Amino acid sequence: MNKLKTAVADFGWPRIIIFFFVVALFVAAPLVGVRVDGALSDVLSRFGQNGILVLALVPMVQAGAGLNFGLPVGIIAGLLGGTLSMQFGLSGWAGFLGAVGISLPFAVLFGWAYGLLLNKVKGEEMTIAMYVGFSMVTFFAILWLLLPYSSPNMVWGYSGTGLRTTITLDGYWTKILNDFLAIRIGRFFVFPTGLLAFFAAATGTMWLFLRSKTGTAMTAVGSNPDFARAGGVSSDRMRLVSVVVSTVFGAVGILVYQQSYGFIQLYQAPLYMAFPAVAAILLGGASVNKASMVNVLVGTFLFQAILTMTPNVINSVLQTDMSEVIRIVISNGMIIYALTRKTKVSK
Amino acid sequence: MPDDTPLLSLEGITKDFYGTTVLRDVTFALKRGEILGLVGENGAGKTTLMRILFGMPVIAETGGFGGTVRIDGQPVSFRNPFDALDAGIGMVHQEFSLIPGFTTTENIMLNREPSRRNVAVDLFGPRMATLDRPAMTTRATKAIERLGVELDPDMLVSEMPVGHKQFTEIAREIDRENVKLLVLDEPTAVLAESEAEILLDSLRRLAAQGISIIFISHRLHEITAVADRVVVLRDGQLVKDTSAKGVEVREIAAWMVGREVDANARVRSDRKYGGPALEVERLWVDMPGETVRDVSFSVREGEIFGIGGLAGQGKLGIPNGIMGLFAAGGTVRLHGKHVELDAPRAALDAGMAFVSEDRRGVGLLLDESLDWNIAFTAMQVKGSYLKRWLGGLFSLRDEKAMRALAEQYIEQLEIKCTGHRQKAKELSGGNQQKICLAKAFALEPNLLFVSEPTRGIDVGAKKLVLDKLRHYNRDEGTTIVMVSSELEELRAICDRVAIVDEGRIAGILPPDAPLADFGLLMAGERAAEASA
Repeated sequence: MNKLKTAVADFGWPRIIIFFFVVALFVAAPLVGVRVDGALSDVLSRFGQNGILVLALVPMVQAGAGLNFGLPVGIIAGLLGGTLSMQFGLSGWAGFLGAVGISLPFAVLFGWAYGLLLNKVKGEEMTIAMYVGFSMVTFFAILWLLLPYSSPNMVWGYSGTGLRTTITLDGYWTKILNDFLAIRIGRFFVFPTGLLAFFAAATGTMWLFLRSKTGTAMTAVGSNPDFARAGGVSSDRMRLVSVVVSTVFGAVGILVYQQSYGFIQLYQAPLYMAFPAVAAILLGGASVNKASMVNVLVGTFLFQAILTMTPNVINSVLQTDMSEVIRIVISNGMIIYALTRKTKVSK
Repeated sequence: MPDDTPLLSLEGITKDFYGTTVLRDVTFALKRGEILGLVGENGAGKTTLMRILFGMPVIAETGGFGGTVRIDGQPVSFRNPFDALDAGIGMVHQEFSLIPGFTTTENIMLNREPSRRNVAVDLFGPRMATLDRPAMTTRATKAIERLGVELDPDMLVSEMPVGHKQFTEIAREIDRENVKLLVLDEPTAVLAESEAEILLDSLRRLAAQGISIIFISHRLHEITAVADRVVVLRDGQLVKDTSAKGVEVREIAAWMVGREVDANARVRSDRKYGGPALEVERLWVDMPGETVRDVSFSVREGEIFGIGGLAGQGKLGIPNGIMGLFAAGGTVRLHGKHVELDAPRAALDAGMAFVSEDRRGVGLLLDESLDWNIAFTAMQVKGSYLKRWLGGLFSLRDEKAMRALAEQYIEQLEIKCTGHRQKAKELSGGNQQKICLAKAFALEPNLLFVSEPTRGIDVGAKKLVLDKLRHYNRDEGTTIVMVSSELEELRAICDRVAIVDEGRIAGILPPDAPLADFGLLMAGERAAEASA
């Protein structure tokens, strides 16, 4: 009994309650005419689609730089990679991998500059990060119009210049990871093998990184910067590294997200991308100073499950479409809940 | 006054914090108009005694105290400082509790301002009353006059020299109608010599007006100059309560630091030292509260070098500066090689290690496990406890080696814990200190700084820590620089002891030098010539 109690306490009541809520939704689904297998398939693909964006938050949390509300910085790098890859006419695997490859140098560059800024505003990272993200997105909203893109699949039809707000990936790399070795069971259920394998590989990479000398130093910086300094570790440098890694994962994350979604969304779309990721990792049990792979996996799964199932079930019950409203309420509610919760870090 | 009841009497005051006794059976009395000089080393219990007297909530929160406090013969028990104020006790703190943007008058009269009624008072109550400024100025001037000093009642506190701030604070206390007893906790610490003289004169004037004064100071010549009686505390016990008449500074110093111990009991003839291991020249360190101004010394290979002195004099700044944790300047050479300052990594790479006095702040990763705490610095500095993969392409933490290391030290240092995965914050102070030592030992340094290694830990752990340091020095040949507030400890383990005063080394003494010499150096009396 005691063992059970500590296990429950470790896992955390919020997660257990939400887990049972998700189970209840799955039970209720058939009663209101929602297919369980289709819903499950949706949950899995959304899990893989969003996972890397959530994973991108881990290094900065570990390094004590807070939750990366500036994730759009990485997303912009990913968008540059995706659009340039299309512009160069790459498609299929070459297109996707090309997009990843092209986005990396941008991500490193942006992350480095963004990290330098965050090192100057210690203690206020999260607020500043949010506005860095907002500014970056708005600045690039101008660039998307001005940059000399010319591929007819991407630019506005009537003027011939400037990128469209939504660009379809059909004919390029739509669902290239989702469909890779995908297992189809029945009409409605698809297991997105490639997508989940890619997410697993990214998680593994992050796990290894955190176990390296640099990763260890980073965690120590987040845990006690004075200790790290006395141990000969430069906390500014570690924080910078963490921001760069976070930005790179953000860039890769958005490319994975888009191939699953099937569209590249530009202009205002990246503006609020950080919020669901933050909500997911907090829901997974991470604090502002500590996050683990388990937090990422559990959090992303529960968050995406609720986000998929609640609107489905409620829409069917109410016979109206209010999925977007529910999504916003849930994801922002999660952030409020998690940020107000006392973090259990000793100082 | 014909009344012979002492104004204040403390009877058998006893206090312990979490099992550590800080005051044991302290009894003394104070007559009206008497100045009592209270002296003792840091941690002797002076502050705790004053807190009890003043009814500070921290005392009640930690289980209250034993014994009786009487004022005018009546037992009193203050639940908070306001009760103490009402009973006529005033306290002047070391830190200024003044509002910088207010004038002298406003600060003196704060919260006791004479006020005038107006319409708003009838409507909204007394908080709407306006200040009666002329009356305030009159009263403030009167209080200043009682002190016998020159203070401009309209000057802003932020524009005052420190001396005036101190006087303002005292004026505030004596403005109270009923003030009978004034406690001054190191009022002269921030003052220049001439200002201190004026302050002492004021104290004499106040005493002549019938106010009793408890005067705490580390400057012993001030005690002999102004006090009628001297009370000496050591390790929570009252060791001397005597009339100040004819008492010499040297005697007080000896009472303060302890009885003469038999120094011959320690065999030191077999000690051999090599050449200079660490040479420090003209070091300055900007460490808040522990400023080092100009320090030069040299430590011999294989030696245990002690650095003592009172709190705030700069002894802690020395290791923190050399290890690069605070801005520092000067020249530091280790085995003849120049060591870069302001760079913790350079100091570690040179082969030095540091056990910080700030255990929880700098010494430990409280939220991480013991193996992390012990192995981290060695991993980062020397690349140990890493395992290479794919032909050295990348390396990961070697958790197995870290575990072995942690278990080795847990056994060797008798660290009480549930295992190497336990979090550092869950250990007791003594065991946390051992973790800090283990962290430093894991670096295999050739020069080890230990700062306050026994602060806040129990007797058993204390002995073990000191024994281990001695062991590393004797058997591993590690040169050790130990900084401590506990003179006895320094004398027991060190080969030479330097005493730091006001950011400078006042003198270097052999450990078996007479205690009074140490006391004098600590008290800033440079009369005793240093002899090493």
